[in-house]
Amino acid sequence: MSRFLTIVLKEIKDNFRDRRTMLSALVFGPLFGPVIFAGVISLTLNQATGKAQKPLPLAVVGAEHAPSLVTYLGQQDTDLELLDVDADTAIGLVRDGEKEMVLLIDDSYGESWNAATPARVSLVLDGSDQSTSRQARRARGYINGWSRQVGAMRLVARGIDPNVARAINIDEIDTSTPSGRAGLVLGVLSYFLLFSMLAGGMYLAIDTTAGERERGSLEPLLTLPVTRTALLLGKLAATCFFMSLSLAIALVALAAALGYVPLQRLGMSVEFGPAQVVTAFLFMVPFTLIGASLMTVVASFTKSFKEAQSYVTFAMLAPTLPIMVAAVMNLKSTAAWMAVPSMSQHLLMLDLIKGEPLNLTYVAISVGSTLGLGVLFAAIAVMFYRREKLLM
Amino acid sequence: MIEVRNIAKSFGKVKAVSDVSFSAPDGRITGLLGPNGAGKSTTLRVLYTAIQPDQGSASVDGIDVSRDPLEVRRRLGALPHGAGLYNQLTARENIAYFAAMHGVEKSERGDRVQRMIDLLEIHDFADRRTKGFSQGQKIKVALARALVHGPRNVILDEPTNGLDVMATRSLRHIIRKLREDGCCVLFSSHVMQEVAALCDEIVIVANGRVSMAGTTDAIRQKTGCDDLEDAFVRAIGRTEAAA
Repeated sequence: MSRFLTIVLKEIKDNFRDRRTMLSALVFGPLFGPVIFAGVISLTLNQATGKAQKPLPLAVVGAEHAPSLVTYLGQQDTDLELLDVDADTAIGLVRDGEKEMVLLIDDSYGESWNAATPARVSLVLDGSDQSTSRQARRARGYINGWSRQVGAMRLVARGIDPNVARAINIDEIDTSTPSGRAGLVLGVLSYFLLFSMLAGGMYLAIDTTAGERERGSLEPLLTLPVTRTALLLGKLAATCFFMSLSLAIALVALAAALGYVPLQRLGMSVEFGPAQVVTAFLFMVPFTLIGASLMTVVASFTKSFKEAQSYVTFAMLAPTLPIMVAAVMNLKSTAAWMAVPSMSQHLLMLDLIKGEPLNLTYVAISVGSTLGLGVLFAAIAVMFYRREKLLM
Repeated sequence: MIEVRNIAKSFGKVKAVSDVSFSAPDGRITGLLGPNGAGKSTTLRVLYTAIQPDQGSASVDGIDVSRDPLEVRRRLGALPHGAGLYNQLTARENIAYFAAMHGVEKSERGDRVQRMIDLLEIHDFADRRTKGFSQGQKIKVALARALVHGPRNVILDEPTNGLDVMATRSLRHIIRKLREDGCCVLFSSHVMQEVAALCDEIVIVANGRVSMAGTTDAIRQKTGCDDLEDAFVRAIGRTEAAA
């Protein structure tokens, strides 16, 4: 036991002194992740929710031809601007980007109106701009609304039930609730946390095999009267320590960064204070054993530190796969999903961030299955560490 | 006391050691001499239990390397090829780490480490991180690390590689001191002069076999060469012709 501690403490001291490694493991990974996350998410949120809430800006040419339509549009969520220019000028304004959209009301509007034939209006817009297309859909919706209303009145005036003209009525049921969309957004968040955690232990995991071999310190180490199992477990423990440290820093950084993300716009009240940081740390920390063992196993196959780095970086993607599945399929916490490590941490994280009470049975299943797989991976890591080929 | 009996070891299809036997008695310096790739390092690796022999057996103080590797390691001070220090630790910390791993009591550890620093005369850089040390400095620290638990058997794999004249001389001085203390010293080299200058017993290895063994004089006699270098060439030539 004292040997085990000796190894752990030595690895921790050794690593803390390597400034470059520490900088990447404890600063860049855990800090920059949440900061970039917060920045990107706020930007996306502002774009997605910003435009829909503003009144639709709409310039109208020839308003005098259709006073009732203009009055109707003015009652909708629009910001009308009546222009006194001819059609060509109006088209020019849109082309030059001075106006986003112009509604042209034809001179013949009044005539057609009186004759009860379809009256002509044109919507001038630049369809290559995505946000304009969205705005155009709104404008079209308002105009169609007016058209339907008037049409129905005309039918009634002729003694016909307006519903006769309607063969089908489509109802759209949009299931993308604000918090559902947020689920996708927050999926990225667990990914960041997991990634920071793994990055924190990557250097040490590689150093355990490929690194020590390259430096030539592995062979002297193996001449010590300590079993290889004890050596490896000591190093794994040190790796887990650094991963936990990274995780803790990332969580604190996240708590700080979330304050700047306007998540309430998605209808979510996010409370991520010290209590949530501690809770999240507790249910995520068991994952360090899986991560550390996985990275150590992968690194033990490689010949050099550089080679190990590229393979381990690749292996770091594996634990993020279940998260992606969960995020894309919008999975909810169930006892069965709790048996899947990394997915269970992700789902618990979602519950935590949505302010839902954590199901303790779920947490227990998650911790149990994660530690179980971790022990299995650690056993594999020990097995590989005991091979003679380790030295070659 | 180190004994090796008919060990053989292959790595895949490559036969690193075919048949090596010798013994290295206490209070004497035994040199394992041979060209590069002869199987010296593999033999030493079997002795310090980094690898297991496919055939044959080896023992340290009568303890079989396969049966009780931990006890063998306790009785050994081994300096594998190259120094392999931890760059971020100071020389003193490197030595203390090994002392702790060898189970030297904490109360005793400081003194032990200091004694090693005195013995190897590394005071000037004992408290500097080993990153950037010269090869000579590294080897000295590595040797201090290997000897800190006071082993009665010492194995050194090409310790003089990359050392300058002064460093080599001081290393020889230390090895002789170990002999005076009654230790069994086994060291490998591909430099004939090195072995001639230091060893009481010589084991010449070529192509994974012992081609000749004995005291320096005995080898001169057997080959009929006065010059040890000629004797070496002849001894190796014999196995190479046979292989």
